[in-house]
Amino acid sequence: MRYLPLTDTDRSAMLAKIGASDIDALFVDVPEEARLSGPIEGLPMHASEMAVEKHMRRLSKKNLAAADAAFFLGAGAYKHHVPASVDHIIQRGEFLTAYTPYQPEIAQGTLQMLFEFQTQVARLYGCAVANASMYDGSTACWEAVAMASRIARGKKRKVVLSGALHPHYAEVVRTMAKFTDDEIAGALPSLTAKPDDDGLIARIDGDTSCVVVQYPDILGRLPDIAKIAEAAHEQGALVIAVNTEPVALGAVKSPGELGADIVVGEGQSIGVGLQFGGPYLGLFAVRDEKYVRMMPGRLCGETVDAEGKRGFVLTLSTREQHIRREKATSNICTNSGLCALAFSVHMTLLGEKGLRQLAMENHRLACIAADRLAKVSGVEVLNDSFFNEFTVLLGGDARQIVRKLTKQDVLAGVSLGRLFPGNEALANGLLVAVTETTTEEDIETLASALEEVLA
Amino acid sequence: MNAPTKTPNASGWKPGTPVEGDKAMSGPDTATGNRALMLEEPLLFEIGHSETTGVDFDFAAKPDLAGVEQPSPPTPAPTSRLGSFERSEPIGLVGLTEPETVRHYTRLSRQNYAIDLGLFPLGSCTMKHNPRLNEKVARMPGFADVHPLQPVDTVRGALEVINELAFWLIHLTGMHGVAMSPKAGAHGELCGILCIRAALEARGDARKVILVPESAHGTNPATAAFAGYEIEDIPANSDGRVDLDALKSRLGPDVAGVMITNPSTLGLFERDLKAISDAVHEVGGFVYCDGANFNAIVGKVRPGDLGVDAMHINLHKTFSTPHGGGGPGSGPVVLSEALSPFAPLPYTSRTKDGVVHLVEEEDADSFSEEHFGGRMQHFGRMTAFHGQMGMFTRALSYILSHGADGLRQVAEDAVLNANYILRSLEDVLDAPFAHSGPCMHEALFSDKGFAEGMSTLDLAKGLIDEGYHPMTMYFPLVVHGAMLVEPTETESKAALDQFILALRSVAERAKAGDETLKTAPFYAPRRRLDETQAARKPVLAYKEQSAPAGTPVASEVGGR
Repeated sequence: MRYLPLTDTDRSAMLAKIGASDIDALFVDVPEEARLSGPIEGLPMHASEMAVEKHMRRLSKKNLAAADAAFFLGAGAYKHHVPASVDHIIQRGEFLTAYTPYQPEIAQGTLQMLFEFQTQVARLYGCAVANASMYDGSTACWEAVAMASRIARGKKRKVVLSGALHPHYAEVVRTMAKFTDDEIAGALPSLTAKPDDDGLIARIDGDTSCVVVQYPDILGRLPDIAKIAEAAHEQGALVIAVNTEPVALGAVKSPGELGADIVVGEGQSIGVGLQFGGPYLGLFAVRDEKYVRMMPGRLCGETVDAEGKRGFVLTLSTREQHIRREKATSNICTNSGLCALAFSVHMTLLGEKGLRQLAMENHRLACIAADRLAKVSGVEVLNDSFFNEFTVLLGGDARQIVRKLTKQDVLAGVSLGRLFPGNEALANGLLVAVTETTTEEDIETLASALEEVLA
Repeated sequence: MNAPTKTPNASGWKPGTPVEGDKAMSGPDTATGNRALMLEEPLLFEIGHSETTGVDFDFAAKPDLAGVEQPSPPTPAPTSRLGSFERSEPIGLVGLTEPETVRHYTRLSRQNYAIDLGLFPLGSCTMKHNPRLNEKVARMPGFADVHPLQPVDTVRGALEVINELAFWLIHLTGMHGVAMSPKAGAHGELCGILCIRAALEARGDARKVILVPESAHGTNPATAAFAGYEIEDIPANSDGRVDLDALKSRLGPDVAGVMITNPSTLGLFERDLKAISDAVHEVGGFVYCDGANFNAIVGKVRPGDLGVDAMHINLHKTFSTPHGGGGPGSGPVVLSEALSPFAPLPYTSRTKDGVVHLVEEEDADSFSEEHFGGRMQHFGRMTAFHGQMGMFTRALSYILSHGADGLRQVAEDAVLNANYILRSLEDVLDAPFAHSGPCMHEALFSDKGFAEGMSTLDLAKGLIDEGYHPMTMYFPLVVHGAMLVEPTETESKAALDQFILALRSVAERAKAGDETLKTAPFYAPRRRLDETQAARKPVLAYKEQSAPAGTPVASEVGGR
């Protein structure tokens, strides 16, 4: 077996050293009736690298890769170009095969990277402090809600969710709240050109611990976070801003600048790739340092070594499960370290200038797409404002149309029927995402395909 | 008799305490602060600039396939739809060109210890070799470049991967079902505990207490508390295992379940697990098994045969997906027949016609009616999308490579390697449970017998100078100055022998009271770091504004 270095001679010598007659003598604590006498029946035996690769390639080929289609899907996962050097760096064994940096003297590479990552995320979000990552945007969103409840010390139980929050994120919050006594006030998105900020504000009251608002929202619109924050703060509620497309923040003001208290989101767009939904990268930041000790997850901090040289360590771990056990701020342990590295490398390659260029290129192409699709008979563009994703209303069930178009290798977008099943009022909605990887030819392909299918 | 026959340091030389002005030991200072291959690296924010970028864009002109630039008339710039939200102020990010980026991160990488460099004996973390085939497979376009919300007819292969891995996990554990979406071990624990709570609530029997042994990983009590349970301790007997009689006397109608790690964090198999399960089931509770150490028993015993109701499997431990400096992980949860109906959405299911379905909120009820007689009553959703696909492809490649026979060999070699370490060192290090029989995949030692003032931390830092990442320290909490050593099955005998030599040497120094250990490590990129200062005055982000382009930075002017 190519991954197992021991030889039979080694095994015999080691058993002799241990004083065991055979390997089963080491499994003597397993009750005899539960001990398996040989390989589990019905499962295949070991296979060569070539055979495994062939099998996996066959499965891989049953999927339509985004690059092989005219591709317009978003809704929390975006197709962006990832520079080749990102994948090269994350495959260096010293990053790939390292553990959580619990021994800082021999983990400065990971630790310094995390410190830089935290700084990048904090600046991108307009916040003071970001943590070293969470599993993904949806779990980061729930952790933010749980943190707001902690800050409210159980005195306020109501969590107000914007109707235009990603439905999977809302569902995660609802699921978790079933077990924590938080009362979740949700809603469905209204198909209006502007987000219903006033409707959201009207739902905030003195019993509200936090209000959760997505920016840009699930329909691609830009809610007025400053206005929502002002109203929420008047009621003593915190504002949790959720961002699922970090590239947008190269073009629009950050949620922290606009007054959000906790900013969370999905970092997948930068460096990580689509990967059928995971692993992704949860980003988590707070605008004011006073909340740092209430945060979940790992934090990397600067310090000095015994010779006075600057170095980095994991810090404030008295919040965490390995120290605080049942009183921890979260049960999270493993996070998304390698995805954080991919994000940080890609962000380093972009820099301020590159991110802003990338954002404007996304926006430019999205505007071209919206203008072109608006000319298709039977298509109406909903949004007043958007970044690189917008909603169109089709003259028919968008879900059926999306399925039909896959036959021409057009992945037309995410239908609102897929996101909000069973809501007839939303069935004709289609979310269209456009990034720098979209060509004007792709846009034309989509427009013609829609013209044909809607005719 | 345990003394090594061959020693790489025959003179017995040991690191001395550097004396002020003594340059003979450490060599002269250098102008750059670098020391040959040990290279310092400034922070990104000290070397990057806001105007520098390592990414080029094709705006007006696009190269054609031959690489010749063809002038194409740019579409007239459309009107911005950003409205009043458009950014005017800088973000404060900095960039580097590609060569600078590659160098920055390559230099950082060399300050990390990693499995690729040597044995990484972190107990309960399972730092085994990460096969590179798995990396290659995960990057196949059909896996890496598919969107989670594509119409299911365009992702049948991805669903088959999930289903095929699920099949293996169910059969390797002898369980009934599996929830694939949890993102890591702790998330899987939460999934299992929520299944238990949902099952109890479904029969109108909400309970209050989860029993957790003191030796458990901190995520266990944190998880149960997060799910709204009170935590009570399970007493241990003198050989570190669950005290069955004490447990039985605590069980009652208020106990929702127990969380037991098997093999335990002491590296021991819980001999009484079947009896524990029977007792818990008798009072209507459920058994959660922390499967962090499943790598010790895979192919040798199935948790389902021991009465377990739920167990998470860390794909990044047992099934070799890379730890990546702290994730991502993946924590599928195998479930008993009693708990399977409560598994969260989404899930995959292969019907008789061979088609693998993705069951989400939309069709959960109708699918349950049609294929499960209406028994499925999911407790909700734990994450957006479908789980850690990139880890599923890697884990499945690993499993297929080993097969049923190879996985069994994995467990046997992991246990053999750990026992070899235990028996090679028990004469020099106190092994509190060595008398009770063999260990499983990890060997546990304590600091008993160290000289006054010498600690486990000192030994660990001394081990760094010997070229090793230390073992897990001070965990489990039930052993004083615990040192938990897990070699894994991917170490050769020669590698183990050298590690034993190093640990023996450092242990002898700790017992002899060698003061130099107190200030180790000497040869790492950093000396001991001041963790107190880090926590007292937290600096969690770079606070300076980045310098304008053209400003020389520390590395350019030779600053240290």
